Amino acid sequence: MIQAEFYNIILALFMAVASGLVSAFALMRKMTLASDVMSHIALPGLGLALLYGFNPILGGATTLILGVLLIWKIEAVSGINTDAVIGVIFAVSLAIGTLITPQEDIIEALFGGMSTISLWEFIIGVIASCLVIAFILKKRRALTLALVSKDLAKTTGINTERLNLYFLLIFAITIVLGLRYLGVLLMGSLIIIPPAIARNLAEDLNGMLLLSALAAVAAMAIGLFLAANYSLALGPVVIGVAGVIFLAALFFQKNNI
Amino acid sequence: MEKQSATALSVKNLTVTLGNEKVLDNLSFEVATGESLAIIGPNGAGKTMLFRALIGVLSYKGKISWAPKTTIGYVPQKLDIERNLPLSLLDLLTSKNNHRHSITASLKLVRLKENLLNRPIGALSGGQFQKALIAFALLQDPRVLLFDEPTAGVDTPGEEHIYETIHRLQEEKGFTILLISHDLSLVYRYADKVLCLNRENLCFGEPEVIMAPEILGKLYGEERSFYKHHRHDIFPPIK
Repeated sequence: MIQAEFYNIILALFMAVASGLVSAFALMRKMTLASDVMSHIALPGLGLALLYGFNPILGGATTLILGVLLIWKIEAVSGINTDAVIGVIFAVSLAIGTLITPQEDIIEALFGGMSTISLWEFIIGVIASCLVIAFILKKRRALTLALVSKDLAKTTGINTERLNLYFLLIFAITIVLGLRYLGVLLMGSLIIIPPAIARNLAEDLNGMLLLSALAAVAAMAIGLFLAANYSLALGPVVIGVAGVIFLAALFFQKNNI
Repeated sequence: MEKQSATALSVKNLTVTLGNEKVLDNLSFEVATGESLAIIGPNGAGKTMLFRALIGVLSYKGKISWAPKTTIGYVPQKLDIERNLPLSLLDLLTSKNNHRHSITASLKLVRLKENLLNRPIGALSGGQFQKALIAFALLQDPRVLLFDEPTAGVDTPGEEHIYETIHRLQEEKGFTILLISHDLSLVYRYADKVLCLNRENLCFGEPEVIMAPEILGKLYGEERSFYKHHRHDIFPPIK
């Protein structure tokens, strides 16, 4: 039991680093709200998995990845307003997910918690986190260039469509990693708040990445501590802490812009 | 400077269609190596689309041939991002080329100070930012430079300064330059050739010939005249 708790804490912190880094780019690409919505797409899969007794994270990952591919495809082929499409997919996912998720599991699916974790879930989780972290660090220049100007990125030989797809998949993996702890409703907030803190403080890309990861880890670590010692629900505590850090950081905001 | 007469770019029967609309129709022109071509025309004439076809990010019909081994530096009219993101000038430049000596060299070419590198791009002035974009275009040692409205968002004295920078680059490094501009008097002063574009090629030739009121009137759909600077008052002849 103690070992399982240890696994959970380590994985949660790894996930926070990954999430902090991915979300820094998500914010600069103006897709933080999309992330909130994307995490909801995991709910129907989560519900089905709980209903039929297979691994809920696997179920959530399946619908989430399908959702991401769908959004990417729609974005690539049509001129339809992506916001509206994502909005529809999100609302329908949440509705269907809520209907099929067993009542006794719905709170944890929505808000997360500290469910027991097996050794292999732990190992896969850590590997996936490292994959996300490595991708962002290795591709940060290409991601920046694609962000600055798609045309310029293309002229230097970057395949921006493919890079976008990889980013969305890495993004989806990050959300899947966080679902266990924060649930479908709150995982999006861990994507939104840390980079918002970093944006107010950082002056360059490395500062942005570092501060965003630090803020996510700090929120997660303090949240884990408070949840364990005062028997509070993990997800809401983590996001509450992130909110407090955001407010505190406003006082240190750079004011040169 | 002695000019080579080799062709840097040849465009034949270029047609670009977006949706059902022809934004460029059967356009043909040539640019010689070391020459500066100004592209003028009203809004929606397809000027930026022409550039996007030339750099290969837009599909087209017809033929675009660059001289062998041409590398292109492109200075877009604007970037896709808000300027208040936490990206420094160094981040912008390293996103294309991570060699510090190339960055130093291209900053020197546009005469931007190196101590600006750590500054967020949002804290640069309009003129500095525009020069930063030119430095960005110079990073991969291009032979051809494409400028899309290089003085958009720059105040009037800054505007002259940007054109002088472009002109100086052409003289010092012998770049072939293609330039989209609204400012007819500056075009008249600096360009070797002018292409008037309004979806199709309306005229193409030397500025003195092209920029007669009747041709400009036809291009912009109204009488448009401008004060003719004496072309070589300020700068000595290029040729």
